[in-house]
Amino acid sequence: MLAHLPVLQVIVPLLAAPSCLIIKRPVLVWMFTLMVSGAAFLISIALLQQVLASGTISYEMGGWAPPWGIEYRIDELNAILLLIISAISTVVLLAAQTSITAEISEDRHTIFYALYLLSLAGMLGIVSTGDAFNVFVFLEISSLSAYAMIAMGQGRRALWASYQYLIMGTIGATFILISIGLMYQMTGTLNMADLADRLPQVANTKTVLVAFAFFIVGVCLKLALFPLHMWLPNAYSYAPSIVTAFFAATSTKVALYLLIRFTFSVFGYSFSFTTLPLQELFLGLGLLGIFIASAAAIYQTNLKHLFAYSSVAQIGYMIVGFSVGTSAGLMATLLHVFNHALIKGALFLALGAVMYRVNSVQLNDFKGLARQMPLTMAAIVVGGLSLIGVPLTVGFVSKWYLVMAVLDNGWWPVAVLILLGSLLAIVYVWKIVEVAYFIDPEPGTPQVSEAPMALLVPVWLLVAGNIYFGIDTRLGVQMAQSAAQSLFGGSP
Amino acid sequence: MLLCVAVAIVRMKDLLAVVMLLGVYGLLSASFFVTMDAVDVAFTEASVGAGISTVLMLTTIAMTGRNESAPPYKHLLALVLVVMTGALLVYGTMDMPYFGFAEAPANLHVAPRYIQDSMAEVGVPNLVTAVLASYRGFDTFGEVMVIFTAGLGVLALLGLAKPPKDGDAEIDLLHDKLHEQHLVLRVVCKMLIPFILLFALYVQFHGDFGPGGGFQAGVIFAAAIILYGMLFGLSTARRVINQPLVLLLSGIGAMLYGMVGVVSMLKGGDFLDYSVLLSDPIAGQHLGILLIELGVGITVASVMVIIFFNFAGRIEYLQRKRSRDKQG
Repeated sequence: MLAHLPVLQVIVPLLAAPSCLIIKRPVLVWMFTLMVSGAAFLISIALLQQVLASGTISYEMGGWAPPWGIEYRIDELNAILLLIISAISTVVLLAAQTSITAEISEDRHTIFYALYLLSLAGMLGIVSTGDAFNVFVFLEISSLSAYAMIAMGQGRRALWASYQYLIMGTIGATFILISIGLMYQMTGTLNMADLADRLPQVANTKTVLVAFAFFIVGVCLKLALFPLHMWLPNAYSYAPSIVTAFFAATSTKVALYLLIRFTFSVFGYSFSFTTLPLQELFLGLGLLGIFIASAAAIYQTNLKHLFAYSSVAQIGYMIVGFSVGTSAGLMATLLHVFNHALIKGALFLALGAVMYRVNSVQLNDFKGLARQMPLTMAAIVVGGLSLIGVPLTVGFVSKWYLVMAVLDNGWWPVAVLILLGSLLAIVYVWKIVEVAYFIDPEPGTPQVSEAPMALLVPVWLLVAGNIYFGIDTRLGVQMAQSAAQSLFGGSP
Repeated sequence: MLLCVAVAIVRMKDLLAVVMLLGVYGLLSASFFVTMDAVDVAFTEASVGAGISTVLMLTTIAMTGRNESAPPYKHLLALVLVVMTGALLVYGTMDMPYFGFAEAPANLHVAPRYIQDSMAEVGVPNLVTAVLASYRGFDTFGEVMVIFTAGLGVLALLGLAKPPKDGDAEIDLLHDKLHEQHLVLRVVCKMLIPFILLFALYVQFHGDFGPGGGFQAGVIFAAAIILYGMLFGLSTARRVINQPLVLLLSGIGAMLYGMVGVVSMLKGGDFLDYSVLLSDPIAGQHLGILLIELGVGITVASVMVIIFFNFAGRIEYLQRKRSRDKQG
């Protein structure tokens, strides 16, 4: 069975989704979903070990050798992403049952979990596959289920947010499909490794250039790079809390993975960084994203909105790391992907706990909350510190490596700007702390108690991850380093 | 032609006409695909683009009203963006190999094996089916899951906890009303429906040999049921079609596909490697393709039915609510 791990990683959650309809009873379905996600997590650990021990794994679907058949191809980069996605999904699911009983009517729980599994399988599928068209198919699975889950949020604004995301996401997916079609026209293959072999021969054609442009724009829509981020704040704010925690930690990372995979492994480093002014473009947009989104975050009164804008800013950091164009820069980006998943997973899950008790995440309702829900608020504070990049948290580690990578290139103004961006993060995190700790609750507001254990345990698991990987940096750094180096192959 | 229709669609304000034109557009592109020798794609486009989606959009219009409200302001930036995107696409086609050019990379690399060896390796005469169901069977599995997801999505948003149950008397009343309005249609359709169902089954099981397969068959099968629902009223159709069962079926179709893959894994092959299903690899391929096409057909048909019932059920719900409000 060990040889089948790559495909099991995806089909276990994929086939579990229709099984939910057979089980029907919401509580059982939740336990089943949790088990499936846990299994996916174990598989991803085993896969990572296999990759580290024996190098890239290739799996031939249907027994047809690539490029005729579809290939699954797992190297360090994929394995890390698989681990992040399935780990976050499992932790978030621990809290799911408690949180969604408060937010979604019970007759829709079964469908919710089936969609959740589909979304999980979709993301895992995008990351595992070595076939460009297969990427699109799984992108559709994960996106469609995402639109539906976001629309299940409370109130009509969730529908509008989901609709916005649907339009933007569909444009992004169509652009990616157009790009894949153009690449097929010029090379006659859909397999990524095969594309990488054959694209250089036709690299000077207008068609390949256009394919590249469409791909970049499409994928940037999906990863919510400033200024294509308009869909993200609303989608994150009005979705059910569980969905927000899951997506904020994973979905933009999957798009970022696609960007890295296609620029480095398919189009190739030299093509990607020379034909279009990609480096300058991404550096500019990344920095703009950091400042404008952080500034926007300061003015938000809805905390989900606030952290959603902060996510856009964090994507800016990742893109800056990418634009450095060195192994060190890419490593900083990958490290931040891992760390940001931990940070935002913890923060949004903690907001889910607040939502459960207070039924609101407006800043006004946070007055004096630190005394009523001390553990939840402490989690938000630690998450916030990590977001700023305070030493001993994961946020510090990735910013440190990012600044080092930028300085290595002699871009010291960029390094200064990155540090200034962190100052903005201090402002918006302090805003929350001030309200929750130093302002007395308005008289007449009902007292609330601490969130239930079912929510606190997953929140603190993620918070502990924030601290643990902030102190013991070996694991994260090593994985990111080896993935970045393998992407650069022999080149600098 | 296609261009004219597309421009007309954008300019029109009457949504009903727009939907009809979209149907025309679907049919035109289907015939366009036929001239390009892509018969299977044309078949799908005709049944989905011109058929089902028109019906679904009509049901939506029944809820929203048929006139488009004028946008509050003109989006100049959007126009510029769209023109730029279009120009970029045209620019990209300039270096493309000519259509039908035998030396084009798309015709030289992967395709020759599909064309020359698929008969020996997969053993089905329709090589589109061979690529779709066997060489790239995993993509098709993904597509089935996409359709399943769409069905669940519609259910998550529009699903009513309890569809209204009508007594016999109310159904009879509805029958009389519909009977007066659509007498000719009802008689004709009643005769047609068995043939549509039969045709769907033919398309389903003949996909290995001619154009067709699970996707098209599923849509045609669903079309027959939808037709019945439209002309005989939802409540009557609900008596025949058990909705929870249809939902279960949509899952079972997808499971069937996946299970074929799992069984081939248990038999020592890779996921979806049909050759190991039976001792003779070709017979195994045949069996595998037959089963997965069946899975596709079941899922597609049931998801289409789910989507239609929930769209139309919504209209019914709104109508009832309105009449109740009037009475109250």
